[in-house]
Amino acid sequence: MSVTVAHTLDDALASLAATPTATVLAGGTDLMVELNGGHRRTDAVVSVNRVRELRSWRHDPAAATLHIGAAVTYAELAAEPLASFAPALAQAARTVGSPQIRNAATIGGNVGTASPAGDGLPVLSALDAVVHLASLAGRRDVAFAEFATGPKRTVLQPGELITGITIPVLSGYQGYAKVGVRNAMVIATASACLAVDVPGRSVRLALGSVGPVILRAPEAEALAVAAADFEAGAIDADAVEAFGAAAGRAARPIDDHRSSAAYRRRAIEVLARRLLVRAFPGTPGGE
Amino acid sequence: MSTTAPVAAGSVVDPTITGRLGDSPARPDGVAKVQGSFAFSGDLSADGFLWGATLRSPHPYARVVSIDLSAAWKINGVEAIITAADVPGKPTYGLISQDQPVFAAEYVRFVGEPVAAVAANHPDTCRRALEAIVVTYEVLEPLTDPERSVDGSFPPIHPDGNVFRHQRIVRGDTSVTGEVVVEGDYEIGMQDQAFLGLEAALAIPDPGGAGVELYVATQWLHEDRHQIAACLGLEDEQVRLTLGGVGGAFGAREDISLQVHTCLLALRTGRPVRIAYSREESFLGHVHRHPARIWMRHHATVDGKIVKIEARFVMDGGAYASTSSAVLINAVTHTQGPYKCDNAVVDGWAVRTNNLPCGAMRGFGVVQACFAHEGQMDRLAAACGLDPVEIRLRNAMETGDRLITGQVIENVAPVARCILETAALPLPDEPVGGHDGDPMRLPGGAGLTADRSHIRRGIGWGVAIKNLMYSEGFDDYSTARCVLRDGVASLKFATSEVGQGFVTIAGQIARSVLGVDDVVLEPIDTTIGSAGSTSASRQTWMSGGAVDGACRLVREQLFAHVGSQHGIDPLRLAIDGRDVIDTMGDLRVPVAEASAGVTFEETFEHHHRPTEDLDEDGQGNCHTAFAFVAHRAVVDVDPELGLVKVIQIATAQDIGRALNPLSVLGQIEGGIAQGVGLAVMEEIIQTDGRVRNANFTDYLLPTMLDMPDVLVSLIEEPDPMAPLGAKGVGEPPCISSTPAVVAAIRDAIGKDLTRTPVRPSDIVF
Repeated sequence: MSVTVAHTLDDALASLAATPTATVLAGGTDLMVELNGGHRRTDAVVSVNRVRELRSWRHDPAAATLHIGAAVTYAELAAEPLASFAPALAQAARTVGSPQIRNAATIGGNVGTASPAGDGLPVLSALDAVVHLASLAGRRDVAFAEFATGPKRTVLQPGELITGITIPVLSGYQGYAKVGVRNAMVIATASACLAVDVPGRSVRLALGSVGPVILRAPEAEALAVAAADFEAGAIDADAVEAFGAAAGRAARPIDDHRSSAAYRRRAIEVLARRLLVRAFPGTPGGE
Repeated sequence: MSTTAPVAAGSVVDPTITGRLGDSPARPDGVAKVQGSFAFSGDLSADGFLWGATLRSPHPYARVVSIDLSAAWKINGVEAIITAADVPGKPTYGLISQDQPVFAAEYVRFVGEPVAAVAANHPDTCRRALEAIVVTYEVLEPLTDPERSVDGSFPPIHPDGNVFRHQRIVRGDTSVTGEVVVEGDYEIGMQDQAFLGLEAALAIPDPGGAGVELYVATQWLHEDRHQIAACLGLEDEQVRLTLGGVGGAFGAREDISLQVHTCLLALRTGRPVRIAYSREESFLGHVHRHPARIWMRHHATVDGKIVKIEARFVMDGGAYASTSSAVLINAVTHTQGPYKCDNAVVDGWAVRTNNLPCGAMRGFGVVQACFAHEGQMDRLAAACGLDPVEIRLRNAMETGDRLITGQVIENVAPVARCILETAALPLPDEPVGGHDGDPMRLPGGAGLTADRSHIRRGIGWGVAIKNLMYSEGFDDYSTARCVLRDGVASLKFATSEVGQGFVTIAGQIARSVLGVDDVVLEPIDTTIGSAGSTSASRQTWMSGGAVDGACRLVREQLFAHVGSQHGIDPLRLAIDGRDVIDTMGDLRVPVAEASAGVTFEETFEHHHRPTEDLDEDGQGNCHTAFAFVAHRAVVDVDPELGLVKVIQIATAQDIGRALNPLSVLGQIEGGIAQGVGLAVMEEIIQTDGRVRNANFTDYLLPTMLDMPDVLVSLIEEPDPMAPLGAKGVGEPPCISSTPAVVAAIRDAIGKDLTRTPVRPSDIVF
């Protein structure tokens, strides 16, 4: 097995161009498990977690965006200052594995692995993140919704590397919730991210572990926008119920050894309702 | 070829450790384990060793049509490939009946059954060789429903048939009926021991193949040796075992797994061979806790006194016998729990299927029985309008009561005291849903799924009786040797230290009996007589008894020596601190001085009292001794999502005497962790005989964040039958903690739950 440790983005892209079948290694928290378990083999590895450009992040106040390099770790996302720019991403980050895993695992790896259970992904979906890709041939941006095409399948081409993501810094509540059978360090049975853009009058709801890719719930989103009092931060109880039901309808869960489709759908209904109440805790009409 | 003998686990000695019985000295292996320098069996190596690996069946049931090794032999670096045809001795092994092939010959009977093994110069070479072995199977319909083994509707999948054992218990007047009758069906899932130190062994062949030396993590060196030697076609003495560092056992190291394969490969190649399992292979390669379906019907008076119990047990033993027949006996003989009962009719089956083999796991059949009888006690309480504590107190067993086998409980039996002392422990002061601001105190934890308003609290009870040591006429014993010279005691025994702390206790015993500070522990190996298995909560009693006996004999020699030197009757001598003293005079001689230049040596075998087989009505004194425990669980539940946070477990345990209080607490907390695991998350899931979650992503164990606060009351009534007054403490903590947690969940949500582990969907729907 050949291992190339890249120190610059150009190094990394050149190595990938030379060996397009090479496996990209960042935190290794997915890859090493697969290699050690004999579930995956690779002849060439390009390590990117020492590439400075991939390890950095940048807040653009004018554009109200946050660019996060692909090799930024979950430990960094969970802590300030990043946590304040993307609170839901910080909440999701805190559910990832153990402290040791969070110190190694990267957001780029989460995006690239494209598991429907990826903890950070519902947040990126709800925030309409843009995924930045680069190869020696050039750079391109892909909307998060277009990036994953199925479980662990993406539009990433051979020789192409995820360099980072850009998300909007929204004004409004955002929250993440994840159901697993253990109280921490557990794979998601179902997860959801709700993000509110108060000035933009939008409510976004993304669902994890209940479909081949991360799903949005457009019917639920529209229902919430119609029912919510954005200024008072309030919504009535009937709308909350309807929102949960619509979220459940958006889910496309399966039965497997981790859970049943029926439970996953129910969990999505409950998480959606609870997140909406957290976003709009006030009583309609004010007090 | 030169080889370097690995360091044996038992020889790790820290001379700074002191402490006598009743103290809590540090473990001699503790610092090394915490710092990562302790040599677990997976760390063993020898110069020039080869790697071994195992080819396993991908089918739950199939006929082996042919095995073609030709392509595998062509791979450079492959030194040996062995199959059933290469087993020189007995082709099968097993703890009770030898029905499990070293390698599958005609049939494979579970997914993961070994078919061949290779030795090669590198793990990758092993992997490629395994891939190159072509096995042609005729796939057969698997037997996966244990009821079909009971009703005989499936053709035998093994020459020994599909029933390992059927046992009936008939006691008293079976026509009696109660004014109150409650019944229920209960189901227990398959739990894995999930020790952290994976199976690993290193075999070093003698020159010329005259014998073999095996370093292995196991629970019983001598039984392993006996089974290995038979399969190798060697005498027991030609196989020498040394304990490799053990990273947990919990029953999963009682059976042979990689031992014979490793030795065979070493003898075939003439070189040291090492096999180390992966986590996935470990799930396939050892036995598990029996999944069980249990029906019970309790008859009682209107005031809640049990008058008769009827029960039916079906325990799925999987493909091979292991200890299934003994697990069944433990289950059915504990049907009544720690409660008085004069009349009973019980039928139990342990059966063969094409599921994963099951055998010993902490609690050994009693876990299953307890889950059912404690569910029944709560039903009975509800039917009689009593609370869970009162119903249990009204029926609590006492010394002198009989089991439904007719056996009289002669041990200390403080059942009521266990219940009352548990009830006296404080309930959590934490409000429902935890204190504000800490999501980790809520069900769902880091997932931020709930707010306090969503949470309901419940309280539940579990009480258990557990037999200690082996049963049914087995002449169980342990052997120890003590040598005293120059004030230093050396102890030799073959007791497997699997983490339970016998290496600590042994030193405490020697210091107490002999008045020495320095105790050297010799390597744990087969150069002394058997210690029996580290299981059945038996080593403190059995090997503790052996070490105590050997030390006392040495003390007699010492007193005779001092007596003759000073013209004093040795009967007047005693140990006081570090000195030999004359209890009727002024003589005081330090033990170090009295033993200077003199060697006192004694070997002692401790046997427990004999037991009997059960007759066809399940009557007989089949068990050796009993211990008791009570658990009270407090849980917070999110009923809409079905998530649970176990907040607190309070327990009072009948331990006889705390020889090392810290070690007792460790056993209690660890056992409760395993009990909580079985209650809310731990289960091996099989579909059509295939395991779906042979990894720690999907087989979930409780972590520190899932552990409740544990409040403990130790009930110390020294048992006159126990050599040191101490009962075994390892198993009881994991037995009734599970039903207590499940009862607490029932209490929180007001819904019947009859299956463990409780899955979120069981709560929600």
